[in-house]
Amino acid sequence: MKRKDEFEKRRSHLASLSNDELQARFWELTDMVVDPLLELGRKNTTPSIERSVLLRMGFSSIEALAIVEGVLDRGLMGKGAGHVVFKLAKSEGMGIRDAGLELANGKLWDRAIGLFSKVKS
Amino acid sequence: MTVLNPNEKLDIESILTDLENYRPKRRGWTWREASGAIQAGPFTFRDCSTPLKNSVALPSAKYFNGIDPQSKNSITTEIASGRFEDDIRRMRMAAWHGADHIMVIRTAGQSHYDGLIEGTPQGIGGVPITRKQVRAHRKALDLIEEEVGRPINYHSYVSGVAGPEIAVMFAEEGVNGAHQDPQYNVLYRGINMVRSFVDACEAKTVMAWSGMAQIDGAHNANATAREAWKVTPELMVQHAINTRMSERVGIAPQNICLSTVPPTAPPAPSMYLDLPYAVALRDLFDKYRMRAQMNTKYMEASTREATVTHTLNLLISQLTRVDIQSTITPDEGRNVPWHIYNVEACDTAKQAFVGMDGLMDLVALKDDGVLRNKAREIKERAILFMEEMLEIGGYFEAVQEGYFVDSGYFPGQNGDGISREIQGGIAAGTVFERDEDYFAPVTAHFGHNNVTQYDPEATDNPASLINGSTFEKPEKTIYVDELDETDNVSVRLAESAPYRMSSSIKPESEWAGDGVILLTLFFPVDARTAAAAAIEMATRMGLEEPEVINREVMHPAEGTRIELKGKVPFAIDAETLSIPPEPEIISDDELRSAIDKCPMRIVAGTVGEDEHSVGLREIIDIKHGGIEKYGIECHYLGTSVPLEKLIDAAIELDADAILASTIISHDDIHYSNMRKLHDLATEKGVRDKLAILAGGTQVTPKIAEEMGVDAGFGRGTNGAHVATFLVQNRRQKSEPEYRRN
Repeated sequence: MKRKDEFEKRRSHLASLSNDELQARFWELTDMVVDPLLELGRKNTTPSIERSVLLRMGFSSIEALAIVEGVLDRGLMGKGAGHVVFKLAKSEGMGIRDAGLELANGKLWDRAIGLFSKVKS
Repeated sequence: MTVLNPNEKLDIESILTDLENYRPKRRGWTWREASGAIQAGPFTFRDCSTPLKNSVALPSAKYFNGIDPQSKNSITTEIASGRFEDDIRRMRMAAWHGADHIMVIRTAGQSHYDGLIEGTPQGIGGVPITRKQVRAHRKALDLIEEEVGRPINYHSYVSGVAGPEIAVMFAEEGVNGAHQDPQYNVLYRGINMVRSFVDACEAKTVMAWSGMAQIDGAHNANATAREAWKVTPELMVQHAINTRMSERVGIAPQNICLSTVPPTAPPAPSMYLDLPYAVALRDLFDKYRMRAQMNTKYMEASTREATVTHTLNLLISQLTRVDIQSTITPDEGRNVPWHIYNVEACDTAKQAFVGMDGLMDLVALKDDGVLRNKAREIKERAILFMEEMLEIGGYFEAVQEGYFVDSGYFPGQNGDGISREIQGGIAAGTVFERDEDYFAPVTAHFGHNNVTQYDPEATDNPASLINGSTFEKPEKTIYVDELDETDNVSVRLAESAPYRMSSSIKPESEWAGDGVILLTLFFPVDARTAAAAAIEMATRMGLEEPEVINREVMHPAEGTRIELKGKVPFAIDAETLSIPPEPEIISDDELRSAIDKCPMRIVAGTVGEDEHSVGLREIIDIKHGGIEKYGIECHYLGTSVPLEKLIDAAIELDADAILASTIISHDDIHYSNMRKLHDLATEKGVRDKLAILAGGTQVTPKIAEEMGVDAGFGRGTNGAHVATFLVQNRRQKSEPEYRRN
């Protein structure tokens, strides 16, 4: 979009504001811009977030990559990759790390899927 | 290696040994300790921080008892050589020159790498940031900070498509600061905007837990926009979005830093344009930190021009506020920065801040007039930007419509902004909605996390369900060493070993053994001819890969200044060098006692048609630690003293020695005057009795002696050197007439 500098015309509603009021207006608007962005973050996840969860659970980046690939392929992202490992470990009576390594090696996925009732495709 | 010895090179191999078991000493950012007024040498400093244990002071510190005051703000150096192992040595040099914030630039393309890179491959324009590389750097800095006596912050980038993973790795490895700004991904890396913002929430949460300082990416708009000074309203908006988002995710305001750049550079009237912007920014963002970047947009190959621009930027920092002063190497406009320029940039910042110490006790910015009016105008324009963004649907829509990095002064628009599709870009379609039972059993996780389904009491500590994540139990962290047998640090170190571990030495600009040198010269011809002549000259000198990296016209026809780089194809064996011994200095007490037992008298003057007096006064004057302080009786005859007069005065006063200062050196007049002094003294029959000493900035001691004088003294000489020579010379002669008592 091309537009001339219409600052003088457009600023009329701001002209009478004190510096403090101007400052308050700026941050009020900022919060309105940021609100929906944070909401997106609360409700969603991504492959990188899930891999970062697995790193914190004690997996290497290579293992985390393989597990999240498996989670993506099987429509389990909405559950959380860490959750898949956690639930499998509990149900199989295994350690977290052992369960994750099985998944990273392409094993036990059928059992993992079976642990979650609603799976999005 | 547990402690560094200032006289020994840092052992890179030992840094890499047992790295898999290394744990960082701490995490989180450390600010410098300002401790009110500080006394250093003869001065009181008002804006300085605790001095270092070991450092290299500015060259002129020798006039002020060697003091090395340090500014109260952190000083950054940005390192980007492509080989992290060579960067370690540069970090140590920079730390000794005042850097306490080491920022490591990533290799080209890492922001598009979907995951962590492992191992130590070589980078381009930066290093691949990997766990092994980060750990090695932090381990080295843990030693270097002990050596200099000040905590050093280590920093890289939490951006690109793998932001959350990099943030976790940084937290585990004790990285102290990072760039994190989803707008950078969107505008400059073409990464999908939804993915970037969702990732940013997680990455920022991890950074908050770790106490890292976060720096935003707004300064890139300055570097990208066609007319950088017109994007100032938008910059406010970019800073605000990232800052507020970070704060609401949980980063403490004192760890949220705005990356701000003075938008212009001379010959623009930069202070008039940049200062109101700096003031407006600090008004609006008063509770956050300022990371002041230097201008890179209007930068050519002249390091002198860049240094002046950078110094003006430092003046703005001093006039307003700065918490982290970034430094741009003055050679960035012509090559990937070299060691010496990192150090030079640190020194520029240190020098300027120390020189401006206390400035704001003397001057104040005006409370009204053009400064405040301009600052207000920028704020209002920023608010208009924000209002319109909300009107059209929000941030994503504004990016899609090309509102950002437009070269118009908002609300003016030129239609040349950066536009990105909401559903497009790299990694589009990789955002997944969390189900109601979504769960992640880890610390520092943002957003919906259904912990209650497993343990309602673990909601504040989800990691307790797995007996602690790596944040609580670092031993759970998995270390990956190398994945590539040929592209790794061991292979590179084996190649460079001869230049690091033997007496074989080569000049170096960035990598051990690179052999790169820089020549500065003048050809009395036009620029194109000068450049061609320089290449021919370098080729005949035997330099490999010669390249002209700067040319500046002195006059279109009369001549051109050239800077040329090339590679030296040979190494030098340090063991075969004949290195003159360090001049012996007798202690002050011994000198005093020698003169006390046997008094000494000298005559001194600047000879020839030469009006320089400062150097000789320094050598003589008791105030400057000159030879008078040992009790030597000095007769100073002044400047432009005829040679004969100097000899006659020595005879008349029955002096032991003549001190002749010769500064002017055209046509080697200084050396021919030494020869004449020797000849005159011989003619008059006093040469054996009289010691003749000649000194000056252009004097080479060996050549001076060849001219017949007893000793020559060059740059760096002080009273103790001269007095030592006088006393030793007399002892050698030990003739009875010198024993006056």
